[in-house]
Amino acid sequence: MIRPFGYNEFLFILTAAQWTLALSAIAFLGGAIVGLGIALARTSTIKPLRLASTSYIQLFQGTPLLMQLFLVFFGATVLGFDVNPWAAAALGLTLNASAFLGEIWRGCIQAVPKGQWEAAGALGLRYPGRMMYVILPQAAKIALPPTVGFLVQLIKSTSLAAIIGFTELTRAGQIINNATFKPFLVFSIVAAIYFAMCWPLSLLSTYLERRLSAPAR
Amino acid sequence: MGYSFQFGPVFEQTDALLAGAWLTVQLSIGAMVLGLAVAILCALGRTSGPKPVRWLITAYVEVVRNTPFLVQIFLVFFGLPAAGIRLSPDMAALFAMVVNVGAYATEIIRAGIESIHKGQIEAGLALGLKRLQVFRYVVLKPALRTVYPALTSQFILLMLGSSVVSAISAEELTSIANNIQSQTFRSFEVYIVVTVIYLGLALAFSAAFAAIQRVAFGYADRR
Repeated sequence: MIRPFGYNEFLFILTAAQWTLALSAIAFLGGAIVGLGIALARTSTIKPLRLASTSYIQLFQGTPLLMQLFLVFFGATVLGFDVNPWAAAALGLTLNASAFLGEIWRGCIQAVPKGQWEAAGALGLRYPGRMMYVILPQAAKIALPPTVGFLVQLIKSTSLAAIIGFTELTRAGQIINNATFKPFLVFSIVAAIYFAMCWPLSLLSTYLERRLSAPAR
Repeated sequence: MGYSFQFGPVFEQTDALLAGAWLTVQLSIGAMVLGLAVAILCALGRTSGPKPVRWLITAYVEVVRNTPFLVQIFLVFFGLPAAGIRLSPDMAALFAMVVNVGAYATEIIRAGIESIHKGQIEAGLALGLKRLQVFRYVVLKPALRTVYPALTSQFILLMLGSSVVSAISAEELTSIANNIQSQTFRSFEVYIVVTVIYLGLALAFSAAFAAIQRVAFGYADRR
């Protein structure tokens, strides 16, 4: 039996977008916390830390996100945890986001002029103080545009959670398409909703970038 | 909790895995070459075309860059047949990849073209080069050299992203992995092996890109 595509079907897809947003928010939050650690490790003076964080970034940027999700999903079962797709997707995306944010923020930390670092040292600040009061606040300003840009990538990435069976926006589209057989209409709507979430962020990122680079010289 | 890894059943399928990896490589290279052609045309249109063309290209770039690749594939594979265009999974995958990477590369190459100083173009014209020659030798080649790192990392993202086309059962590496895991139930082992293959492919591609850079753009370093 083929269901017609009506208001209820549209509403089903639209409400599924909240899961896309929830997944993005969790992955961003988790990714930011782990990613800050990665960025600090990447810029640290301790060689093993630098090496470990570099390999972590290489590993996650050199393999497909889909594989990472599969490995988390099936790997957790191997370890004896009974994970649902929601937890697996959240964990997988968090790990992935942390690698990308770690690499972005490493660049931002290194973009802060070296003199700032030396001046903070001359003022008698130790590592935590130097980072917290001198380096990171300046790095955060540089980091804002690319971080907002990454958020767009993250929101789009959450669509892969559909493949491991988590019902977010894309999966909702698949479900409705299977019932109504209106693929062009359904996936156009899905795409439009993603666009409505991502485009403002893209514009914001471009705007921030322009504002950051304008008064500098 | 004891889990014994069994890679045996996975390695029995080495031939299938290699065939899948080969298709991944073919799809990626095909999409890179065609996508680059699309991108050069679009970047040219966007920087020097008439207004409606610029508008259209901007819309294409923004739509593709702000929607997920997975949804783009579904639109191509399930949506196009509704419009009377029926593609095999492999062709649909290639088409979606070209459309996707074309948009990203357009934006990258446009940035490169805009980095060329106007005086360079005027100098080229003053030397008696035709407009096409100016575009090719004075604008495009230095522009590509400038954006080459960004372009190649986008290409590697494309190769890794191609794993998503398994969702429409194009028989590439991830799809083969899905088949093997459903036959052998050694899911974790299969995906470890395939992840390692992808990592190897990514390293191989970046080595190849570095070699291409030396051949194509080495002139700038030989002064």
